[in-house]
Amino acid sequence: MALLQFTDNGLYCPDGDFYIDPWKPVNKAVITHAHSDHARAGSTAYLCHRLTKPLLELRLGAHAYQEVEWNEPVFINGVRISLHPAGHVIGSSQIQLEKEGEVWVVSGDYKTEDDGVSGAFEPVRCNSFITESTFGLPIYNWQPQAVQYAQIGEWILQNQQQGYSSVLLAYSLGKAQRVLQAAAMVTDHIFLHGAVANTNDVLVNAGITLPFAKRVTASVTKDELKKAVVIAPSSVLDSPWLKRFTPYRVAICSGWMQVRGNKRRQNADAGFAISDHADWNGLLQAVKATGAEQVYVTHGFQSAFSRYLQEQGIQAAEVVTQYGEAFETDDVPSSTQEQQP
Amino acid sequence: MKIFATLVHTLGSSTGSNEKLAALAHYFSTADDRDKVWVIALFSGRRPKRLVTSTQLKQWCYETATLPDWLFNECYDTVGDLAETISLLLPEATATAASLPLHVFFEQLLALATATEEEKKAYVLQQWQQLSKDECFVFNKFITGGFRIGVSQKTIVNALAKSVQLDASTIAHRISGNWNPATITFEQLLSATAAAEDLSKPYPFYLAYALEQPLEEMGTAADWQAEWKWDGIRGQMIQRNAELFVWSRGEELMTDKFPEYQSLTELLPAGTVLDGEIICMPPNSKEVKPLPFAILQTRIGRKQVTRKQLQEAPAAFIAYDLLEWEGKDIRQLPLAQRRKLLEQLIQQIQHPVLHVSPVITFNNWQLLEELRTQARENGSEGLMLKQLHSVYQSGRKRGDWWKWKIDPLVIDCVLIYAQKGHGRRSNLYTDYTFAVKDGDRLVSFTKAYSGLTDEEFAAVDAFVKRNSLEKFGPVRTVKPELVFEIAFEGIAKSSRHKSGVALRFPRMSRWRKDKTVDEINTLEDLRQLLLQYGK
Repeated sequence: MALLQFTDNGLYCPDGDFYIDPWKPVNKAVITHAHSDHARAGSTAYLCHRLTKPLLELRLGAHAYQEVEWNEPVFINGVRISLHPAGHVIGSSQIQLEKEGEVWVVSGDYKTEDDGVSGAFEPVRCNSFITESTFGLPIYNWQPQAVQYAQIGEWILQNQQQGYSSVLLAYSLGKAQRVLQAAAMVTDHIFLHGAVANTNDVLVNAGITLPFAKRVTASVTKDELKKAVVIAPSSVLDSPWLKRFTPYRVAICSGWMQVRGNKRRQNADAGFAISDHADWNGLLQAVKATGAEQVYVTHGFQSAFSRYLQEQGIQAAEVVTQYGEAFETDDVPSSTQEQQP
Repeated sequence: MKIFATLVHTLGSSTGSNEKLAALAHYFSTADDRDKVWVIALFSGRRPKRLVTSTQLKQWCYETATLPDWLFNECYDTVGDLAETISLLLPEATATAASLPLHVFFEQLLALATATEEEKKAYVLQQWQQLSKDECFVFNKFITGGFRIGVSQKTIVNALAKSVQLDASTIAHRISGNWNPATITFEQLLSATAAAEDLSKPYPFYLAYALEQPLEEMGTAADWQAEWKWDGIRGQMIQRNAELFVWSRGEELMTDKFPEYQSLTELLPAGTVLDGEIICMPPNSKEVKPLPFAILQTRIGRKQVTRKQLQEAPAAFIAYDLLEWEGKDIRQLPLAQRRKLLEQLIQQIQHPVLHVSPVITFNNWQLLEELRTQARENGSEGLMLKQLHSVYQSGRKRGDWWKWKIDPLVIDCVLIYAQKGHGRRSNLYTDYTFAVKDGDRLVSFTKAYSGLTDEEFAAVDAFVKRNSLEKFGPVRTVKPELVFEIAFEGIAKSSRHKSGVALRFPRMSRWRKDKTVDEINTLEDLRQLLLQYGK
């Protein structure tokens, strides 16, 4: 019997009787990271990384959470489980399972470039590797982070010069913290949407150091917001929430911005192809580093990526999951503070 | 080249038309004159002949990037633009050379026109190694298809007007017609003398908006002229110095496509410009009654018109305006006067292919409303309303001219195939094929790409991604579940389509979420429409 099976509830380990990132409520869930398509509410018990725990509490509320550190093995029904940095967002982990010498690794989402906050991706050798493929086409290759940060900084300074605020749209968990670092390199005049501020509060409480930024509340005056940098989730695009920053320019920070057409159909002034997912070369490099005999490709361009791997002599199959469907949404609660009069 | 690539980048990412206008105006006030001529040529569809085929480019790209061809195609389907796909797949530039001015690239491209495939390949590969991603994209655009990047000719004209001391309609006129960006200077292009020397030079077309207000608010019926709105190709027929030129609205010189018009060269007086509709008519027809647009389309699609086509569907010209008379530009005369001259002219000539667009007599708006319902039987697609005192303006303007189309025909059908779109729809399933019922079978009968909001497209895209049954190259077969109402302007017999019909201008008019696939129309319903309106 295989160590992991693909079931209707998600990835299941029959020997250990637990699931990894299940999309339906189960007894025991091991969670790779706190994004909504991987961490869903309703399960009885959760196992996750120490830094993922407070994020799950913020998003899913109180549950039975067990936290572990990276490379700190735990055993469930004789299956050895260890978490290893995935480099995707803070707390994100690859999950390694081992029993009787057979090793599986579930990557969750990952990126191979070290972003300085999420922990550096650690290649883990295994027999079977389950990889994402969000950007699994060779058109997706990212600029180094330093170059991307410089581009964002340049855009902010140009807007300030011309009297505009700079609204940067990014996931509240992951991208927002990186964009905050990029912005903090050129200015200290930074504001956060409630969803981002709530996420940051949790992270700071957990011991992460982040640059200082203020929360946008009803009491912040229009004058204070002039020429400011604002970091917010993409759901605010085309919403009246943005009005208070007028005049402003909007940039979307997402790997999808790599293609002009995606940029053009969003009502935004700029797009930065900055992603928390591995690019094409990152995916290939990660797959090869595992030395896996069998690769399973999930959410993204799974058919193209698995076919390419096969042509490279790597056993690969595509697997349909329910991950990655919510890539446009972001469900961190944005607190009630700012809605109050 | 760098400056132009930056301009293209700015145009591609700016959201407001004012920002686009400002970026272009800035470009026209600062760039090299020789570069500007090429930019005007590019944006007005005067790109030099393509140097290489897209198949060659694809192949050179996947060889350079060491990728299998199928993966290249996957990427292309996702990006939806060949030039961009290539710029994304090529390795980062290795050799950085100084950025050459734009016009130098075009000189090089023109010089390569007669080169061998190896020489062309060597040139292209060398550029790919040297150009930055943005420049590479623009370069690929030069050597591949059209140069559509979300900027209208109107914006170009307005931007030019901002940077030189001329009004927009004068510029629109001067940059129209026959000119060669390789030989003309910027100054010559915009000068009055050059415009006068070009015998073929057409005037910018005056275009109408769709009627926006109730007829009662249009004032007195007696101030308006009504005509049928013909469904052909808008064209300008020019006779100057014993030469005949026929331009389409897309500024394509089509004189050779219509040998029927040749004998008009001697009959039309020199210095005459007619505005009208190019249509096909049944042979020896006395009254103005066009054949379906599909027939005209098959004619213009061919390099050489066949004898059979000339016999069965001869072209005619329905004139509705006179722009130049005895060598003088009379666009500023009121319509009533231009019309009188036009009628006299056509009366004198008495040529079987040259007709005057009949004026519809009506003395009150209610009568006109009734007459409009007969439009389809008349082979027209509605009415045109023109103020009798109106001058002939340039471009699309509100106020004096209105088009008032008849309501489209509609049919309910189900979505069965989907394909990813291009440009701003890249990586989204937005190009659909629809089917009607024929007993237990579904028969595809039309494609449609437009009519939905961005939100609706996103919802259909999500449905397609979750409900695709099979994959044929870029095409997904989709579970037949989503029902749409398709609106179209006409229907004609077609041997090229499985259903036996071809629709004119089909688009999605409504997403019928209230209907199931059992309730859609049938092939028989389509055949009935064909019988009723297909002639």
